[in-house]
This record gives sequence, C-alpha cells and structure tokens, in this order.
Amino acid sequence: MEKIKEIVIVSGKGGTGKTSFAASLALLFKGKVMVDCDVDAANLHLILNPEKLIRQSPFPGGKKADIYSERCTKCGVCVEACRFEAISSDFVVDTVLCEGCGACYVLCPANAVNFTEHTGGHWYVTDTGNNERFVYAEMLPGEDNSGKLVAAVRNEARIEAESTGSSLIAIDGPPGIGCPVISSVTGTKLVIVVTEPTPSGMHDLERVIALSAHFRIKTAVVVNKSDISLSWLNAIKEYCSANNHYFLGEIPYELSITEAQRAGKAIIDYKPECEASKAIKGIFERLQLMLENI
Amino acid sequence: MKIAFASGKGGTGKTTIAVNFAYHIANSGQQVQYIDCDVEEPNGHLFLKPTALEKKPVKVMVPVVDLDKCTFCGRCGAECRFNAIVNLKDKVMIFQEMCHSCALCVKICPEGAMREDEREIGYTEQGTAMSGISFVQGVLNVSEPMAGPVIMAVKKYYKEGFIKIIDAPPGTSCPVVKTMSDSDFVVFVTEPTPFGLHDLKIAVSIALNMGKPVGVVINRDGEYLPLKEYLDENGIPLLMTLPEKKEIAQSYSRGEIILNSFPQYAENFEKLANNIMKLSGKKIKGSKK
Amino acid sequence: MIAVTSVDGTLDGKLDERFGRAQKIMVYDPATKDSRVIDNKLNMSASQGAGIQTAKNIIDAGAKIVISGHVGPNAFNVLKAAGIEMYTASNMSVREALKAFEDGKLINLTGADVGGHW
Repeated sequence: MEKIKEIVIVSGKGGTGKTSFAASLALLFKGKVMVDCDVDAANLHLILNPEKLIRQSPFPGGKKADIYSERCTKCGVCVEACRFEAISSDFVVDTVLCEGCGACYVLCPANAVNFTEHTGGHWYVTDTGNNERFVYAEMLPGEDNSGKLVAAVRNEARIEAESTGSSLIAIDGPPGIGCPVISSVTGTKLVIVVTEPTPSGMHDLERVIALSAHFRIKTAVVVNKSDISLSWLNAIKEYCSANNHYFLGEIPYELSITEAQRAGKAIIDYKPECEASKAIKGIFERLQLMLENI
Repeated sequence: MKIAFASGKGGTGKTTIAVNFAYHIANSGQQVQYIDCDVEEPNGHLFLKPTALEKKPVKVMVPVVDLDKCTFCGRCGAECRFNAIVNLKDKVMIFQEMCHSCALCVKICPEGAMREDEREIGYTEQGTAMSGISFVQGVLNVSEPMAGPVIMAVKKYYKEGFIKIIDAPPGTSCPVVKTMSDSDFVVFVTEPTPFGLHDLKIAVSIALNMGKPVGVVINRDGEYLPLKEYLDENGIPLLMTLPEKKEIAQSYSRGEIILNSFPQYAENFEKLANNIMKLSGKKIKGSKK
Repeated sequence: MIAVTSVDGTLDGKLDERFGRAQKIMVYDPATKDSRVIDNKLNMSASQGAGIQTAKNIIDAGAKIVISGHVGPNAFNVLKAAGIEMYTASNMSVREALKAFEDGKLINLTGADVGGHW
C-alpha cells in the first residue's frame, strides 16, 4: 500500500496568502485529504464549501477550576497557590487566566473546587464533493490548547485518507511558530512556506524555517504578492539557494485574488487565465515533481 | 492608557497601523510607548528601528528533584496535568518544555523533595525608537510552544504616563487574550474580505466578552458590504480606513513608516486618534502640530 | 509482553506509526499468544506530551518491548529509562510486525528517530 504523505503550508507571518494558495491546491490535487489546522481562525472552509458533513465532535478544552461559594471557607489557600493570578480576592476563578493546573483543586481543604473539563472547540470531517475529504476545526475563543485540537484534526484526516485510499494529506497551517504550528508541522514530509517580499515576510520566513529545520523536515518556499518588491524577492531567492531550500515559485499581486475570495472561490477557478493562476499552476507542477522524490 | 491593536486574521495590517499611529501621536508631543506582544513573530522593530536595545532573558520556573529526599512515591507525576513528570520505580523524569510552572508538584511533595529552577524560553528587548517612541518587544525562542510567559514579561516594562500602543499577535487564542487582558481600548484592524470578516467576528467577541470598548480600522479598503453591515448591525464604530494602494504596499515592503513617505495619510491617523479620544474620553495626543 | 501501537486494535489492522497519538495499543504475550487492547484515545485530547502519556501506558501494561513507526525524544527517554526496548516497523499490520520482530527483521531504536511534537 502506498504510504500516505503529509505536507503542510505555513507562513510565519500572517496574511501572506497561505489559505488562498491552499484553496487553489485543493482544486489541483486529486485524491487527497485537505486539512485546515488554523484552528483559531479557520478560513479554508469558506472557499472549499463542504457539501456534506460526515461526522463532527466537540473537543475537550482541558480542565478549568470553579469555586463552590457554598463550601468555600475563604481560607485563601487557593489564592496563594495559584501561579496565574486567576483567583480573585473574593474567590472567583477567572476562566481566561485559569491554566487548568489543578493546584487549587488539590490543595483546597474544604473540597470547594470543582475541576471539570469544558468544551474547547469542535472538529468536522466533511465531503467537498467527489468523495474528497476536508477536515477542519474551530476552536472557541481564548482557548490555549490549539495544539491538541490540531493533533485531533490531523488524526481524523489520517483516518479519512485510509478510508478513501488517498495518498496525500495537505494541511493549511496557522501563522506563527508556537504550539499549533509545531503540532501542524511535525511528522510531515514537506513544509511549504508562503511568504511575501517584505522585511516582515523575510524575518518571519527565517523563524518558521528554523522551526522546520529543528524538526528536520524539508522546506520549500513560495513568494506571494511577488511584484511588490523585486529586491526582497531576490533576497528571498538567494536565502533559499544559500540554505538549500527549494524555491517553488512566485505569485504576482492581483486584485482578482481578493475578488475571488469575495466570490467564495479559489483564484484558479475564478480567473483561470490570469497571471496569478498561471503561476499557481506552475508551482503545482513543480510541487508534484518534488513529492515524487520525497 | 493602553490601546491594543488586534485583528483575528493575520496580515490585515495590525503592525502597520500600530507603528504609524505610534509615530503620529509621538510627533504631536505625546509620550508614546510601543509594546510588541506578537512574541512569535515580532515585526514592529523593522519599521520603528529602535536603538540601544537592552536585552533580558525571559525565564520560567521548572521543577527539579532532590534525589536524597525523594521516596519515588509518584504523587508528583500523578497530579501533574501537563505530562511534565514521569515516575518510574527508581527515577523521576522531568520534561521541562511541558511544564506550565504551576508548582503543584513542589507543594504536594510529601518529602519536600521538589524545588524549582529557572529555564530560559525567550527574551525581551527595550530601547528607544524614532520620534522618541519608547520601544519594547518580546521574542519567544524558536521551538518553544508557550508564548504566554513572554507576553507577561513584556508587560512588566509598561511606562507610567505614556500612551501605550500594544501590538497583539494574530488569531483568537490564549496569547491574544493575554495581550488584550489589561487594555483600555481595543482597535481591530481588518480587511474587507470574507476571511477578514470571519475572523474579526470571533476576535471582537473576545474583547466584548472582556468588557473592552472596541473600534475597527479597515485597511486596504474596498467594496465589501458584509463588513459594513456587520459594523452597523452591531454598533461597532469605524475608526479609520486606509485605501488599497500599491504605493502603500511598496512603502511597507521597504520597511518604511508610511507617514514618512506619504504624509498625506496623517489625516487618516488623526481621525483614528480623535475617534479613540471621543470614545474613551481620554486624551492621547499632545498639542504639537 | 510486547506492545504495538495500533490503528484499530486488531491483529490484522495496521500498525499505527505515530507513537504518541496512536489510537490503540495492542499488548501481546508471546508465551500464551494472547493479546489485549489498551485504548490510547485519551491522548487525542491530552494536554501535551502524548508520547510521554503513551509511554506511561505501556509501562503500566508491563510491556518490555515496543514496536511502533517513529518514537520522539520524550517518549524515547521515558521508555529507555524504564528499560523498555523499542523497535521500528512500517506499512504493515500488527500481526506482520510481531512476526517480523520474531524473525529478527526489525530495527532496534537507539535514539529518537523524529523530533518531538504535541
């Protein structure tokens, strides 16, 4: 049986066009499972428009403390124990600041702390048509366990890849370099960084590449909005060449890309003949070749 | 007064708006501090170009076992919610990157065999930027998962009496909440697109649930009715807009403060300042013209 | 006792190559040829350190040998400290993995073979 390959699209800096690019790839790759791991700002479903919900589940958000005022003797042990300043002087737990360590629950002499699991988000396994699977999740605001939800979403994707006989899982990842990005990237065969030719784009590209290097995963780079700065575009190309990262290609800036999003479509669907669409198709071809050799 | 700049969706222009706003009000003679809480990917420094940066490590506490006192009872590992401790019959293994520094293990060890040590996860840098803007940023070390402690460390540098411009990370999860938690006002920078609006709604709901006054800046403004409708229907004030212009994008790509190359946009930022002042009742500008 | 990470908890089902987030762990006794299944699903929603939790589950199950696809550094260190030997197998059923182990065909891991993750 052909082994399932996982690839992930990240950016470091937010807003470089990861999701728009992933939406086009979703149309070009046949027989794959798409996954949206940007669980606290999930956008891919707005373009992929899933036709059918196959299954869904709430996802636990870790435990949070809650104080029973009827049992509380106001001894203050909890306030002193809490390292996160989450318990007020009138013995109310701030669920935003509470990190779920359970110190108050374990140490309370009056058994006045309720320590229970709450819902942190939901994940969804869907069909986007033609038996193609798309898995995504939405985390409830303010949660701090996006890494776990990402892992759950990836697991569901693996189950779907097995059941549909897909050999590729393509992941739209989150911005940044923290926990959810780490959870999106590990165990993949290729990290594709979509960046922009600007100082922020370059700075953040280096940091996210340091992350994929830390996990010993091959990296490829795509420069979006490529024509806003030729000098930065060249700087990024040189950086890739000097550090052995594959330069997959560049996509020029076009207003049609925004129009496509507003129309709820991927650019290669909305305006297949525009420069950006042609560039994406070229990148797709190079990507396919790369994947054959990984 | 603390004004946070957040967005929900990444790349809408939080940092662009925040640094230009800081520049604009600093030029009016107001003491301004720019605080970069996007500790995973801090970018403010690329535009504000701070100098004389004083670097300090950000450390978190992690447990260390005193093997002379430990009886291998296993209580610490049993209570740790973060899988940071594994008890074997004659060993205690500690996984420092998992540790949330709650110190429960230290408190419940019946033998007093657990103590705490420091571990570095990032650093803060403080200095002065252009126009006398006081600058501080936090940087999380690559491969560290938790931004929270670095964000809290950056906030220790708050300067009394300064208007504090706090640049938040993208998204809607814990680091964003931690960043906004002590703001007096939250400015949401968005773009007129479906992705922008989808994420804006989630982010705004967090701020409103925290009881914060909010307002929206539309960057790269264009025709997108659902956004205007959302603002109207929910009574969310529109504080300022910036047009979609290639010249602005190019200036940004040169790492410039837009107001330096295109001073005509100062009136947009003036509008932002006036609107925040009107809504908050607080003075945020100096009297220099 | 030999522990094998498993996708569906059956001997003919696939070996789950991801140690920490494996759905199930099959524990096989080569003496009696009996096997049982441990549900590792709690790790799906585990705070972090799924590899560590899975390693703990395997220690509690009394296994002295583990067969999986990849083992990250945290899990590796726990299993090593507990004196458990690790072997790697890929793209096969649990039954095939056990047979391959018996025939001495599997590689013994002397270090973590992938970076850690959540």
